[in-house]
Amino acid sequence: MHSNQWLNTKDRFGRVSISLHWLMAVVLIGLYLLGLYMVDLGYYDPWYHDSLSIHKAVGILAAILLVIRYLWVRFQPRPMHLNPENSVNTLMAKAAHALLYLFMFVLMISGYLISTAKGQGIDVFGLFEFPALLADSAERGELAGDVHDWVATGFIVLVGLHTAASLLHHFVFKDNTLLRMLRVLKS
Amino acid sequence: MKMKTVALSLLLASGLSVSQLALADDYKLDIKGMHSFVQFRIQHLGYSWLYGRFNDFDGQFSYDEKAPEKASVNVSIKTTSVDSNHAERDKHLRGEDFLDVDKFPEATFKSTAYKPGSDGKASLEGELTLHGVTKPITLDVEEVGAGKDPWGGFRRGFIGTTTFALADFGIDYNLGPASKEVELTLSVEGIKQ
Repeated sequence: MHSNQWLNTKDRFGRVSISLHWLMAVVLIGLYLLGLYMVDLGYYDPWYHDSLSIHKAVGILAAILLVIRYLWVRFQPRPMHLNPENSVNTLMAKAAHALLYLFMFVLMISGYLISTAKGQGIDVFGLFEFPALLADSAERGELAGDVHDWVATGFIVLVGLHTAASLLHHFVFKDNTLLRMLRVLKS
Repeated sequence: MKMKTVALSLLLASGLSVSQLALADDYKLDIKGMHSFVQFRIQHLGYSWLYGRFNDFDGQFSYDEKAPEKASVNVSIKTTSVDSNHAERDKHLRGEDFLDVDKFPEATFKSTAYKPGSDGKASLEGELTLHGVTKPITLDVEEVGAGKDPWGGFRRGFIGTTTFALADFGIDYNLGPASKEVELTLSVEGIKQ
């Protein structure tokens, strides 16, 4: 029987998981680079306002994607680790994946708390406004800023490790770890 | 017994210092009821005024109607309480480009001389410490009014304004040529102690 290409199975990722993975990879690395760039812009730079507006709006969309992805991961079968007999590698991979998710959630929440510290919502490309839900607090905004800064650095380091590990699997261990995230493999 | 003696000697000591101030009345700024304000405004691009304030401050002044020239005032401001009604701007203002509140959590004004003029106008000289830099400034003061309040107290209020360059206090972020100077207004109401 031809299995549904969109869904995961026990031994491969489906199209939805693969698309979400790469879409978020592009969006989050983009957000990181944009964030680095925008915080050093001078007041008279033409991008001073737009860079931040775009970062915030894309951040909200990324947060929505993250929730969808998290639910998808929870309710879809998870392809098994390829070399479960190597328990150290498997454990490291599990820890890295868990941390990546944790950092993404912390980044979305802290970013949201910076911009909404004064009760102003976040405009998403004029389509809708994501409202400020908590009471005003400059201290919380300041703390959120520090957390956002540190966790963004931690996140990008983890992304580097994650990438290095996938290349290691592909070129050294010569297994399907990277390939099965690039296309839907035959079961 | 012992506590009483201590309290009595403290009372005597404070009584002595009050008499040394030539019977000037001491006033505490009305912080509880918030009838005092530390406001500022600065030009935006040269096209409009941006207003902001500090929400957390305290201070007191002494004033003797018979000898106003002896008046003095102290105000200390928590810089982290800067408020321009915009979360990201306030965060920027608290940061290293401007107030650097981690390093300089407090700004203070201590008067050095009060020179009464005519029509309830006066000029107040003092030292402003901001961003770790202390410089003399002069405020143009207006004595707004004084008298009994409806709740059994006595109040007195002033408004003072001054203008200074941010760069004089080591704040040199480029906001453009029209925004080099900031106008600071202290609008205070003191309750007689």
